[in-house]
Amino acid sequence: MSNLTFARTDTSILGRWWWTVDRWLLATVFLLVIVGMILLMAAGPAAADRIHADPFMFVRKQFFTMPFALALMLGVSMLSPLAVRKVGLIGFAITLLLLVVAPALGSEIKGSTRWLYIGGVSIQPSEFAKPCFAVVSGWVFSARHTSPGFPGYRIAVVLWLTLVGLLIIQPDLGQSMLVTAMWAAQFFLAGLHLFWVALLVAITLCGAVGAYFILPHVQKRVDSFLNPEGADTYQIQKAMQAFRDGGLFGRGPGEGTVKAALPDSHTDFIFAVAGEEFGMLVCLLVVGLFAFLVIRGMSRVMEENNLFVIIATGGLLVQFGTQAMVNMASSLHLMPTKGMTLPFISYGGSSIMGLGLGMGFILALTRKRWSSAIGETS
Amino acid sequence: MIGFRFSKKERFLYPGQELRPHTRGRRKAPDVMVDEPTRLALEVGRTRMMVAASLFAMVYLAIGIRLFDLMVLKSTDRRPPVSQSATVPLDTKRAEIVDRNGLVLATNLPTVNLYADSTKILNAEEATTKLLALMPDLNREEVLSKLMSGRRFIYLERNLSPRLQAAINAQGIPGIYFEDSERRIYPHGHMVSHVLGATDPDNGGIAGIERSFDQRLKDDQQPLRLSLDLRVQAVVRDTLLAAITDFQAVGGVGLVMDANNGQVIALVSLPDYDPAEFGNSPADSQFNRATLGVYEMGSSFKLLNTAMALDSGQIRVADMFDTSRPLKISRFTISDDHPIPRPQNVAEILVHSSNIGSARMAMALGSEHQREFLGRMGMLSPPPIELPEISPPLIPAQWREIAMMTISYGHGIAVTSVNLATAVSALVNGGRLYKPTLLLDTPQDPKQVITPQTSMLMRYLMRLVVSEGTGKKADVPGYLIGGKTGSAEKVSQHGGYDTHNLRTTFAAAFPLDDPRYVVLTVLDEPKGLKSTYGFATAGWNAAPTTGKIISQIAPLLGVFPRLDAMQPYAPLNNVDLKNITQSIAFITGGARAPAR
Repeated sequence: MSNLTFARTDTSILGRWWWTVDRWLLATVFLLVIVGMILLMAAGPAAADRIHADPFMFVRKQFFTMPFALALMLGVSMLSPLAVRKVGLIGFAITLLLLVVAPALGSEIKGSTRWLYIGGVSIQPSEFAKPCFAVVSGWVFSARHTSPGFPGYRIAVVLWLTLVGLLIIQPDLGQSMLVTAMWAAQFFLAGLHLFWVALLVAITLCGAVGAYFILPHVQKRVDSFLNPEGADTYQIQKAMQAFRDGGLFGRGPGEGTVKAALPDSHTDFIFAVAGEEFGMLVCLLVVGLFAFLVIRGMSRVMEENNLFVIIATGGLLVQFGTQAMVNMASSLHLMPTKGMTLPFISYGGSSIMGLGLGMGFILALTRKRWSSAIGETS
Repeated sequence: MIGFRFSKKERFLYPGQELRPHTRGRRKAPDVMVDEPTRLALEVGRTRMMVAASLFAMVYLAIGIRLFDLMVLKSTDRRPPVSQSATVPLDTKRAEIVDRNGLVLATNLPTVNLYADSTKILNAEEATTKLLALMPDLNREEVLSKLMSGRRFIYLERNLSPRLQAAINAQGIPGIYFEDSERRIYPHGHMVSHVLGATDPDNGGIAGIERSFDQRLKDDQQPLRLSLDLRVQAVVRDTLLAAITDFQAVGGVGLVMDANNGQVIALVSLPDYDPAEFGNSPADSQFNRATLGVYEMGSSFKLLNTAMALDSGQIRVADMFDTSRPLKISRFTISDDHPIPRPQNVAEILVHSSNIGSARMAMALGSEHQREFLGRMGMLSPPPIELPEISPPLIPAQWREIAMMTISYGHGIAVTSVNLATAVSALVNGGRLYKPTLLLDTPQDPKQVITPQTSMLMRYLMRLVVSEGTGKKADVPGYLIGGKTGSAEKVSQHGGYDTHNLRTTFAAAFPLDDPRYVVLTVLDEPKGLKSTYGFATAGWNAAPTTGKIISQIAPLLGVFPRLDAMQPYAPLNNVDLKNITQSIAFITGGARAPAR
């Protein structure tokens, strides 16, 4: 392990990185990745079996993608805040372009055009748009304070409308909700007047009610949540059964039966598989890891004097934490089911790469800096 | 780890500076100078970040609580359980049959059948060899032809044991499958065979209650409750079986009926069968002698003849009939076994079982009267009991005088045992005729067929038969048993009657001061034994068998021996049959009416 230790006096990029990066966050991410790999080995074969694929197809793909995602994360985490801003801006521009062409070139899966095939690799641009957007809008919000006269709010609103509009065209309601939540959180952090906060909350509620009446599949989801006796609650009932069967210690690895009955056991309902096979203690560990990651990250940036760092990191963490929350709460029937992956645990190539990018941003922005000027980079 | 470190850095403070409010309020000491608006924006951002972090902490805590609630407390959802899957077979459970006390007479056992899809058989020869190795009882050629039949579904064997199923499954023969099924189980075997009947391999009723209530048993899962009392049934069957063995009879009937509602408490026909092996049992054992067998009941029928006479109002119990010499009608001669060379009254005719006297009593009333009376007593129609195996009586095509005379003492008419027991119940219970039934709680609408007074006289006369006449061996002290013997010569295969082969009957009721139960015993071809001095008549076999049955079942049925109960009938112990009018004055309204 000698190559992993760095002298305090080491001023190389790697040495400086090692002493400034938040190693608690880093450890949490790696722990999540390990837990995720184990859970996917439990849930993946059952899911692959149902589509008559090689049982270890999902596991193999994930194991193949994961090193790239981690490499991306570590690489990005070495960037300075200024570089993060640049990467975010360029990335956002590219993903916006891809989102524009996706409805035309992409292939339709389950009624949505979310995927693009580039050089034999299918990617989901929205997964990369999320972290980039967090960085860009974080910069726009902070610039309002640092550069007097900068129309921060207006630009932020325009950016948000652009991204959400493109996501709804696909349509990908889950992602647009996630982006909106993140953006609203950043707006809140940027000091939005409490009157507007209250107004936005009210508009959100109206929007939710409106979505119920305008969008049929939203209505169906909500109805089946409120009225479980109705049809189409098969998945959630199976998930409940999985958690109950699991108990404190679970039925044991590979002993689960529900995974064979849940179509999305390797993605949206992987938490239920974890519950059945590994029990409540492992589930609590997963919840604890997510909670620790989010709160640790937030508490860490509170020491910052750089408003951009605060807002951008806050947005990234809200996005990450909300995604985990929605997935787990859906599985536990605490809210209507919404297809959202469990970060670093669910299967999904683009999702993992996008998370690697986002977590890289978080790690980069939470590094210790001893001389920071407001709005300036170190 | 998670710490909101606001002011960790030590700052240099001038003496007293820490007391100054504007410096104490600063939570963060930035290393660089910031202007006031930016500082404010930072403060707001930090505060709101704390709000966001708290919200997340609360949400994740809620998820953790939900996990505990769901996985440890197993909170019960109001949602219905997830239905298993469409492949689960329909629940084809057949309802149980229970006796009057709820004891199970017929139930089901889950089992497995073996079948083949012969189109999926890869190698019929090899498959047959493997199957034969495990089931050596199967016929090789038969199995082979089934496996090569080209049919998609063909049974190979039914009701596999779990061990055999596991062994066959382990062979992994393609095209061989198991079918979940259920098997009807009769835990008491032979005990209740003729009442229950039997089911076919597909659990459809093919005999007895199983057949007559087939649809009810399929539709309604509630157990079907019979009027039978398994304990009484066991006593009757054991006792009858012992009698058949002792007297070397070829068969027998044992019936116990509740005299006050027509419910059959026990019904035994011997020989019988195990319902589970119905298909393999001999035809004779499948024959229900109690409901399907119609027999000439012999002298037992004189009970009906006597009741007819007394209920007519034209003949009184003390009326005398000439029994001194045989009665000649065209080419027939009616004679008595033990002729008494003097006229006898109605009571004496019954007690001494005089054929001549009975015939003269019938002659006095006429054939039409007899026919009407027997029809009223249900003797001219099949027993209306809930079994498919019932038979109509054999009655004369033309009710000529000679037929009328032989019918008076139980020849020339053949009825089922259930017919007779039903009629006897009405004779003793005050004159109400109930439908014989095998079900508990059957609503009954009894028909008044004779007057209560005739019924009372009949009880008295039946008691006399046991205390003074041919039924003495049926008596059990304290139970006040009454009855009538009957010994009919069986119809010979060559025509006419076979004087050596008898069918003996004893129709009894007890206790006669308040009749509760009728017991009927029939023995088919009992032999004379040394202990019976060579006699094979009913008084020597059917009567004592009935007594044995009553002595065992009476306590089970809540009837206990009461020596004081003899009191009202005390005169009967030393009765002067010739002065019968005096003896029965308490019935006809004389001085010695018993206090009941």
